[in-house]
Amino acid sequence: MTAGTVARARTTPPDDPAPERRRGVLARVPVLVWVFLAVPLAVELFWVFWPAFNSFSLSFTSWKGVGAAQPVGLANYERLVADPVFHTALVNNVIWVVGFGGLSVIGGLGLAVALNRPGRAVGFYRSAIYLPMVVSLAVTGLFWRVMYQPDGPIDAGLHGLGLGEWSRQWLADPDTALYAVLIAAVWRQVGYIMVLYLAGLKGCDPTLEEAAAVDGANAWQRFWRVVMPQLRGVNTVIFAVTVIDSLRTFDIVWAMTRGGPYNTTQLLSTYMFQQGFTLVNLGYGSAIAVVIFLLAIAFIITYLVRQSRSEDVS
Amino acid sequence: MSVINRPRSGWFHVIMVPFTLLWLAPILFAAMIAVRSFDDIAARGLGALPTSFSLEGFATAFGGGRVAAALVNSAVVTVATVVVTLALAAVAAFALARFRIPFRRTILLFMLAGNLLPPQILLIPVSRITQALGIYDTLLALVVVQVGFGLGFYTFVLHGFMRSLPTEVFEAAVLDGAGPARTFWSVVLPLCRPALAALAALATTWIFNDLIWAMTVLRTESKFPITAALLNLQGGFSSSWNVIAAGSLVAAVPTAIVFFLFQKQFVSGLLVGSNK
Repeated sequence: MTAGTVARARTTPPDDPAPERRRGVLARVPVLVWVFLAVPLAVELFWVFWPAFNSFSLSFTSWKGVGAAQPVGLANYERLVADPVFHTALVNNVIWVVGFGGLSVIGGLGLAVALNRPGRAVGFYRSAIYLPMVVSLAVTGLFWRVMYQPDGPIDAGLHGLGLGEWSRQWLADPDTALYAVLIAAVWRQVGYIMVLYLAGLKGCDPTLEEAAAVDGANAWQRFWRVVMPQLRGVNTVIFAVTVIDSLRTFDIVWAMTRGGPYNTTQLLSTYMFQQGFTLVNLGYGSAIAVVIFLLAIAFIITYLVRQSRSEDVS
Repeated sequence: MSVINRPRSGWFHVIMVPFTLLWLAPILFAAMIAVRSFDDIAARGLGALPTSFSLEGFATAFGGGRVAAALVNSAVVTVATVVVTLALAAVAAFALARFRIPFRRTILLFMLAGNLLPPQILLIPVSRITQALGIYDTLLALVVVQVGFGLGFYTFVLHGFMRSLPTEVFEAAVLDGAGPARTFWSVVLPLCRPALAALAALATTWIFNDLIWAMTVLRTESKFPITAALLNLQGGFSSSWNVIAAGSLVAAVPTAIVFFLFQKQFVSGLLVGSNK
């Protein structure tokens, strides 16, 4: 259904006494309304779409920021294919999507189910789990740097449990650094996922679950067979949002490790920033940015399609 | 009593209370470390329980760390960005929601798409554009960049909200002879107050917490918002954990206040964005 027919269907119900006049009232678009739309649109075109377009053209050049950019064709992309740090960043981003998405969905969904029904202290538990969400990623990174310090709280806790030999330099050890950062990011994300699932659970039809219970389904079966299918919409949104967020992730890595040790926590976004801003390889940095964009675009479209569908209903 | 609404057993709290404490541990530890003295931390380690109480961490963060100035920068940028973004988003949403603008749905989704782009694709050109305009390294640059990037999302949410308002309200205003400006100002805006409050709560935390745009358009330390200033603090006081913990806590307090005051709006803001 096009926008025009939606508007018409709304403004001319069958028993409307004066359809022509009403339609006329809403059909004429005053000049001021064009201004209302044009100013924000121009701002966004100038600050978002124009720069995005520029990144594409910059990615085919070699430019140190002074003088003119040298066109180099696909050389930046060829260099990417052979760049081991780019490979590490790409693999790390895959680990990040799976780990960050998986753990925050498990945590957020589990907590949403546990805290779905109101009850004593439930509001307090919920607030406590939301709280990290309002802490910036930079501050989250610093909080967790404290946790991971040698003889910091985590090591002290392990010693207290008699697991002292497990302790290590979590953020300086190439084997653990990426996962240590990931845990901190998940800690902050769980509250958001829980909010989405709590709303999803509220939208589920309780009579379906009642009926399944009467038929003898246990809680586990009811959850997977009755509740989960009703959460499909939420799951789609969470999936798209997680991938888009993962590809953007920058602040927390920058605050905790800056991509080190030995590039083991490098993500595409941190590597892009390092190339583009620290090393001022503007063409090469742009090429990495284009790769990030290309990886994100399918999920952006998924999200947009879902949003435009719900627009149809509203 | 139905099967699925059984009251919770006591085990629920037995598990949830320690879990919640563990969940808040990073914040609680930061608070404990922030009020310990440097000597205490150096002697007994970060993981030890506090035996000293000292505000030297806060004093140093505010003194040598210039945390206060950074907080002011953050506040200025956040207030300006939130107000301008919501104003622009509201007029755009009004135009798209209530007038038969050709391709209005495509325009709306196009604007939302802009907000979903990975910021990385914008960083290098945005930095160059602010230099070309002569606003690089000013708070103004940080504001306009974030206004542009956020607009699509807020327009989309407000559009959905305005569509859900009953058509009669608008028709009545038009029949009363009110032009679009008056309809917007005295009919639409008051009705949109809940949506605007939700978005303002959400936007405040997002913009206050931003780091990447600040790193893209700012260079001078005295202009840094609190997030970027903290990372510098971490470089400058790398072994003074009490200073870093104190600075981090101070940076977290403003958004935590917004959250506790407007928790309902905040949560509903997250939901309108995701469309449940």
